[in-house]
Amino acid sequence: MADLTTSYLGLTLKNPVVASASPLSKKVEGIQRLEEAGAGAVVMYSLFEEQITHESLALDHFLNRGTESYAESLTYFPDLEHYNIGPESYLELIRKAKQAVSIPVIGSLNGVSTGGWVDYAKKIEEAGADALELNVYYIPTDPAITGQELEQNYVNLVKDVRAQVRIPLAVKLSPYFTALPNLASRLVGAGANGLVLFNRFMQPDLDIETLEVTPNLQLSTSSELRLPLRWVAILYGRVACDLALTTGVHSGQDVLKAMMAGANVAMLASELLHNGVGRITEILSDMAAWMESYEYESVKQMQGSMSQRAVAEPAAFERANYMKALQSFDNKKLY
Amino acid sequence: MSTRQIVTIDGNEAVAYVAYRLSEVIAIYPITPSSAMGEWSDEWSARKIPNLWGTVPMVVEMQSEGGAAGAVHGALQTGALTTTFTASQGLLLMIPNMYKIAGELTPAVIHVSARSLAAQALSIFGDHSDVMSVRQTGFAMLASRSVQEAHDMALIAHSATLQARIPFLHFFDGFRTSHEVQKIEQLSKEDLAAMIDEELVSAHRARALTPERPVLRGTAQNPDVYFQGRETVNPYYAACPAIVQKTMDRFAALTGRAYHLFDYEGAPDAERVIVVMGSGAETAEETAKYLAARGEKVGVVTVHLYRPFSTEHLLAALPATTKVISVLDRCKEPGSAGEPLYVDVITGVAEGLAAGKAPFKNMPRITGGRYGLSSKEFTPAMVKAVFDEMKKAEPKNHFTVGINDDVTHSSLEYDPAFSITDPATVECMFFGLGADGTVGANKNSIKIIGEETENYAQGYFVYDSKKSGTVTISHLRFGPKPVRAPYLISQASFVACHQFTFLERLDMTRYAIPGGVFLVNSIYGPDEVWNHLPREVQKDIIEKKLRFYTVDAYEVAQKTGMGGRINTIMQTCFFAISGVLPREQAIEEIKKSIKKTYGKRGEAVVQRNFEAVDLTLAHLHEVKVPAQVTSTLSRRPAIGADAPEFVRDVLGPMLVFEGDNLPVSAIPVDGTFPTGTAQYEKRNIALEIPAWDPATCIQCGKCVMVCPHAVIRQKVYDPALLAKAPAGFKSTEAKFRELPGTMYTIQVAPEDCTGCALCVEACPAKNKSQAGLKAINMVEQPPIREAERANWEFFQTLPDIEPGSIPATTVKNAQLLRPLFEFSGACAGCGETPYLKLLSQLFGERTIIANATGCSSIYGGNLPTTPWAKNAAGRGPAWSNSLFEDNAEFGLGYRLTLDKLGEYARELLTGLSAELGDTLTEGLLNADQSTEAGVAEQRARVAALKEALKGIRDPRAASLLNVADYLVKKSVWIVGGDGWAYDIGYGGLDHVLASGRNVNLLVLDTEVYSNTGGQSSKSTPRAAVAKFAANGKALPKKDLGMIAMAYGYVYVARIAMGASDQQTLRAFLEADAYEGPSLIIAYSHCINHGIDMRKGLEQQKLAVNSGIWPLYRYNPALVDEGKNPLIIDSKDPTVDVQEYAYNETRYRMLVQADEARAEMLMKFAREDVRKRWELYKQMAAIQYGNGGSKE
Repeated sequence: MADLTTSYLGLTLKNPVVASASPLSKKVEGIQRLEEAGAGAVVMYSLFEEQITHESLALDHFLNRGTESYAESLTYFPDLEHYNIGPESYLELIRKAKQAVSIPVIGSLNGVSTGGWVDYAKKIEEAGADALELNVYYIPTDPAITGQELEQNYVNLVKDVRAQVRIPLAVKLSPYFTALPNLASRLVGAGANGLVLFNRFMQPDLDIETLEVTPNLQLSTSSELRLPLRWVAILYGRVACDLALTTGVHSGQDVLKAMMAGANVAMLASELLHNGVGRITEILSDMAAWMESYEYESVKQMQGSMSQRAVAEPAAFERANYMKALQSFDNKKLY
Repeated sequence: MSTRQIVTIDGNEAVAYVAYRLSEVIAIYPITPSSAMGEWSDEWSARKIPNLWGTVPMVVEMQSEGGAAGAVHGALQTGALTTTFTASQGLLLMIPNMYKIAGELTPAVIHVSARSLAAQALSIFGDHSDVMSVRQTGFAMLASRSVQEAHDMALIAHSATLQARIPFLHFFDGFRTSHEVQKIEQLSKEDLAAMIDEELVSAHRARALTPERPVLRGTAQNPDVYFQGRETVNPYYAACPAIVQKTMDRFAALTGRAYHLFDYEGAPDAERVIVVMGSGAETAEETAKYLAARGEKVGVVTVHLYRPFSTEHLLAALPATTKVISVLDRCKEPGSAGEPLYVDVITGVAEGLAAGKAPFKNMPRITGGRYGLSSKEFTPAMVKAVFDEMKKAEPKNHFTVGINDDVTHSSLEYDPAFSITDPATVECMFFGLGADGTVGANKNSIKIIGEETENYAQGYFVYDSKKSGTVTISHLRFGPKPVRAPYLISQASFVACHQFTFLERLDMTRYAIPGGVFLVNSIYGPDEVWNHLPREVQKDIIEKKLRFYTVDAYEVAQKTGMGGRINTIMQTCFFAISGVLPREQAIEEIKKSIKKTYGKRGEAVVQRNFEAVDLTLAHLHEVKVPAQVTSTLSRRPAIGADAPEFVRDVLGPMLVFEGDNLPVSAIPVDGTFPTGTAQYEKRNIALEIPAWDPATCIQCGKCVMVCPHAVIRQKVYDPALLAKAPAGFKSTEAKFRELPGTMYTIQVAPEDCTGCALCVEACPAKNKSQAGLKAINMVEQPPIREAERANWEFFQTLPDIEPGSIPATTVKNAQLLRPLFEFSGACAGCGETPYLKLLSQLFGERTIIANATGCSSIYGGNLPTTPWAKNAAGRGPAWSNSLFEDNAEFGLGYRLTLDKLGEYARELLTGLSAELGDTLTEGLLNADQSTEAGVAEQRARVAALKEALKGIRDPRAASLLNVADYLVKKSVWIVGGDGWAYDIGYGGLDHVLASGRNVNLLVLDTEVYSNTGGQSSKSTPRAAVAKFAANGKALPKKDLGMIAMAYGYVYVARIAMGASDQQTLRAFLEADAYEGPSLIIAYSHCINHGIDMRKGLEQQKLAVNSGIWPLYRYNPALVDEGKNPLIIDSKDPTVDVQEYAYNETRYRMLVQADEARAEMLMKFAREDVRKRWELYKQMAAIQYGNGGSKE
């Protein structure tokens, strides 16, 4: 039996298949099911500071609205004793998850304010998370904001959080950076222990019947694996941190590719949401069978084996796909 | 020894605190102003707060107060310590059970926040009409004067009833005490325990019905023994006063607060004595002490125990020197020898004198007077007027005080300037907008002053009669001595105007004392604000030498994300200027209070408020007051000069809080008021109003249909009429097949719009170059107000389409009909009013409306004005509200009259056919009135008939003239909310449906008791949080439509305008056309749902698409055609219930409070939807007739 163990953010994982942030980790039972299915670790669903703030303000707005205006209806709702507004229920979930499972539990945070990032990160650490994934994204719409400023904000954020928490930090990035390796190394310099490549965004659609913008979240497909695969392969060995590949991981083959490109772990959610948590078991079994059949001893053995630095033709990772496809077409024509 | 907390709470909470802790079963039902006692009980029960014995009381909402009384009776009979809370008509509904409970000598307490009874009109405010109506039931009656007393007497009542075995009614004045916030000493658990004898509790249990010791109670007795049986209770009533006094003495020993059945205060040698009870007694007592200290021989007897009425104790309380007694009643018994307390005192004194038990030798002169009905002010000035009257040789009897009775001249003159206010007491008034949080902030300020300083504090709040754009007036007193002043402030040292626009319509500076502070929230800085004040305000500021401050609270609110809520900002200004506390300490206390009030709603809310507080002082400025009046602006009249005289002179003063000055002669004698009066108000409450883009508009009429306030209208007219149009009047070619060659306009009434934006949401047409714009878009109101006012005035001159002249079967066409329900004071974006407006458009000129008490009766019939209106011909809906519970029967009564007098008219017509001629007679008798055109033709025939009858001498002609109008088809619409239809009025509703009569019932279903603040009804859906269902409603919504369908001959429709306006229109037309009972259940989004009201229509769509609100019509007439009567108008559910529900705070707050329960209830709710949908589909698939329809 091949050795599937890997390490990620200084943690030893029994295998590299990690459940990424998704609704599956919203309950302890869900996290337990992920463990039972064989997940090497679980990244909790993201704690969104913006959502907490919004929920707080919305609750306040609707409980206040119209009150103390008309003598017969001075209020419209009973004043309940307690509302789970704020991070408490999330932190409680981490606490309970830590008691319920033995695999590492990685918190995930999306903040808005500097204070919020740091404060919530500390709380997640205090709740017992083994590591923390900073789910950072910002869609810049203001022409006055430069890429440099934006990147510096990311770096500062990691520094701020790093200064306050001791647990390992991973930063989940979007693919939309001009010079990703440079940013990656600066983030590592700021204290990141790992990078998670990449975040998948909800992309709005346009409804031309109603003339409305419609939010649209579609589950990933295996074909989307190639974008993070390229960047993992490029960054492997170039930046001194762990790498997690996420987006487009649907099969044992996908996980193997991630490992060979240089990832410490492969994260998946779409596949589990679509086909059930049991897919982890199948993926692990497929991996093991493949490794056995191709006589790989361990995951560690293959990690980075097809990174840019390890392959015969490193330039392949630097070419645009279109060019490569064109050339191969031309080559065929020569025969 | 127990430690007692000092708390600052209102009367309802003070009473509920005791009642809850001394009860095991609590049966509740909402009614203002007592609802809060039930709400507190329900919330405490939901929080598992135990009673004195460590168990959580069972709190059960009933379908009516009658039901609550029945449940109380049953619970008592089986041994539970039981209580309930009520007021007004609710108490009247309890009367039958009260006789039973008292007749069976059952210890119990009913707490009543005493309120007016509906007579010539309903009133929610305080007086003793209700409690005086139950004085004969056998209940002991204990009266409280203040918040502290209400708290104390609640305990005394619960304690004494156990020993006396007589049930107690404990009452205190509605609003004045129930809603007054006071600093009081809260009784501890040890106090409660010390006052309750366990052996008496055991004795109560021992009398309980149980099969272990079976007895028979509630027998039927015959002439031989009933009388004797009734007399058996005499010893208990004889013993009761002494028991109560003993209980009061025990209480005094415990707390130091001594009460007596009759408490006397004033000069020991008083010659003039007032006898009074309730909060007015406190005013009278304080005034008597003030006058006695100045040498007047006056005193006041406060009645605490009114029943059993102890003559002995009354006589003991009266000074021997008494020469004149004036008894003040806070109620009216028309036609009586005198009001109840007056009669009781006369009887007592006369009996005492006759028996030689009076402290005086000669019969004092005794007069009676009425005061304070419906929370009418009762001030020291009025008390003084009563004392002064008593000095006269022939004092007025049966007088009134506090009003100007210029009809029967019963009223006493008084000097409003007379005041007994202690100079050390600080009095402050705050004028706020309902939505800005002023009242909440002031409640917090009182708590801060009451609990963080040595000061005593009092707060009382006056609200207006609308539900949107309302004015609130907060009255705050504080000082080193207890505040015993249960009346409004008339002269304040601090007056704050929280909304600048109030300056142009309300006179606020008249309340400021010379040298006082006037604070104005203004967008103008300290250097410019002066010139934006009306002349009258400038003059007052100069003449009274007021210290004038301004703050731009809007800017602070905007910078800190507070939106329109300027509560904490203005609160900070108050503390900063008033100096009640050092500034730093005040800010610290405000922040503590913010944390306490909002902390559980999340840190973001707290931080936002903190920021607002921190930013405030930089925006607060004292204004250097110029020496001269410089303004050219004047305060504008409440109502324009063009309004009818009655509207201007009678309704106008009410609009600016000056209705108190109206004399009796100004008020209609029988409660009858003109309709069509809301149009004169011009409230100007919207910051933004819709603007029409004719180029994008598709003329669908949807915006007009959904407008809750009838401020957006469409007309089609002859192009020639545009000749006189104002320059900016918008017009385009009309796209109406039936009206070729006409022009079309959508016009907004700019000063009546509430800015809810439902019209924008409903508009389906989008601008092809800028998708964010529609054919209707919100724009700022002030810049276009004047121009649009002119456009609106011109628009009104364009003729309305005649009903029947165009088929009203499409939304587009129907919305050309003039609304006869306009500019209501309902919440902005109300989900109910569009249905009423549609009703008024389709059938308004031939409709009589019976309106159950609730939101619709308030925005429909709460003075000063009414939205029900008339068309150009002077016809429109006739409207009345009887009660809450009887509305269906009330409406059926209309129908019976219409049917009977119609029949009588036809009989007379037949008898006079020879004189009238066959053509007219036959035409009238055989008229087809199934269409509006047919109705119009019949109306013309009736006009001809009336003309013809004038020339006929037969006495039957005069009779026919009286009833001729009954020959024209009339619709009866019985309107109410779900509290009426599903709960309190359900029995009547069921009977009226069963009657088969041609009535139309419209249920405006908000799924809660909206008007009283959102208590659960049987319409409340599973998983939603409501008051009285603080844990989320555990059981599904009652399927009223299904029950009605079971009759087989009732037309039933379930509609949601936001989901299908066409189905809504069709249902109304079919219901009216159906010659039998019709029931329409209309989804009405509501402020109680906790939604963005602008998105109300969207929520309606989701409700339908999730299957939680299926649309259907059940038309029994289809059965005759061999068709299935049930047509489901909505499609199979396409979205999960959760997607609909979690948009609403009522569902969402349960997720936030108790996620596991929310999930469980949501699962059941989903199942409810599935099961019902399956059932409906099966019902709709049943084949009727011979191989009939498969619909």
